[in-house]
Amino acid sequence: MPDLNFQEWADTANADAGLVHRGRYVNAVVLLDLGDEHHLISIRDGRIESIVPKPRVMPLWTFAIRAPREEWGAFWQARPVPGSHDIMALLRRQVMVVEGDLHPLMANLRYFKDVLEIPRGKANAA
Amino acid sequence: MSATIEDITGRYLRLTLDGTEHRIYFEEAGSGIPLLCLHTAGADNRQYRHLMQDPAVTERFRVIAFDMPWHGKSSAPEGWRDRPYELTADAYRDLVVGFADALDLVDPVVMGCSIGGRIVLKLALERPDRFRALIGLQSGPHVAPYYEREYLHRPDVHAGDLIPALMSGLIGPDAPTANRDETLWHYAQGGPGVFKGDLHFYKDESLSDDDLAAIDTTACPLYFLTGEYDYSCMPEDTIYLAAQIKGTEAIIMRGLGHFPMSEDHELFMSYLAPVLATIEAEGL
Repeated sequence: MPDLNFQEWADTANADAGLVHRGRYVNAVVLLDLGDEHHLISIRDGRIESIVPKPRVMPLWTFAIRAPREEWGAFWQARPVPGSHDIMALLRRQVMVVEGDLHPLMANLRYFKDVLEIPRGKANAA
Repeated sequence: MSATIEDITGRYLRLTLDGTEHRIYFEEAGSGIPLLCLHTAGADNRQYRHLMQDPAVTERFRVIAFDMPWHGKSSAPEGWRDRPYELTADAYRDLVVGFADALDLVDPVVMGCSIGGRIVLKLALERPDRFRALIGLQSGPHVAPYYEREYLHRPDVHAGDLIPALMSGLIGPDAPTANRDETLWHYAQGGPGVFKGDLHFYKDESLSDDDLAAIDTTACPLYFLTGEYDYSCMPEDTIYLAAQIKGTEAIIMRGLGHFPMSEDHELFMSYLAPVLATIEAEGL
């Protein structure tokens, strides 16, 4: 499973002017469900403000993206195999679930795809 | 300065289908066996421009591709603002056969991709007499929904942004960037609700196993080519088809996705050329 560097993830996203511009209307908190680990990605005006572990009490998020640890690991390979190469492919294979208020995700799909692919090749896959 | 005029001709056909006159744009290049090409859902005939500029094809085949009504430069019928567009299997079959009849195409080959790869199954089942051979690109019997289609056509989501983002992962990772961007631009240009209307046919009108088993490939040969990065029609979907339809084989194209003809023409031709050579050699 990838050993994620959340600060590097956020810094990389925020340093990409095109990405931030595409996401300039995005204000959302995304629950990233890695199976046995949960994090909240807070986004304001297209910039990632923080990525923090989900609080134990009263967590609040806009929408959740859930997949088992091994699926995220395959997704974050530098060169994923077909079927692990896109979040839509994971949804199609029914190994990923998105739930909650999905309007921000669908209205800004390329932005979220780009953000979620940032750890690709950087995460240390076990 | 460098300038080239491509050897592709575009014209319009006035064709009445089900009581409605359509103005249908089509392009063609080459001469020989008619090869009628069907574009994917929500796109248009520009997907086949590479095929139309390949002498290895156009010296032996007359390559023709139309824009379906509501797509590309074909008109949407009068009243489009007041009713939703919804493609049906019967209307799509009648369009393909009607177009071939209108152009007096003698023993044409039909090659369709995605929804076009689905309709060739219906043509194989119902009109094997009309065609020399059929080629299904990204052919599958059905697709289970994997996202909510309502997002494709609603005022608070820009479909010109959403649909290319949905399609982007369907393209092989090594496709030339220019081809990737152009393929997605075709999607960005689709009219409101048109991609969603095409998906009615693609996702809601499946062929049954009995339909598939009834296809007689001795009456009209049927070929399947599917890119491995496709998660709309996955390789296993085409493999399933080939298992159901006697006399067919699923050829999985490595490195390609859902749009082989517009992603990477050279790589696509490494798979298509042997099929075209077989069709040519077999004659009628």
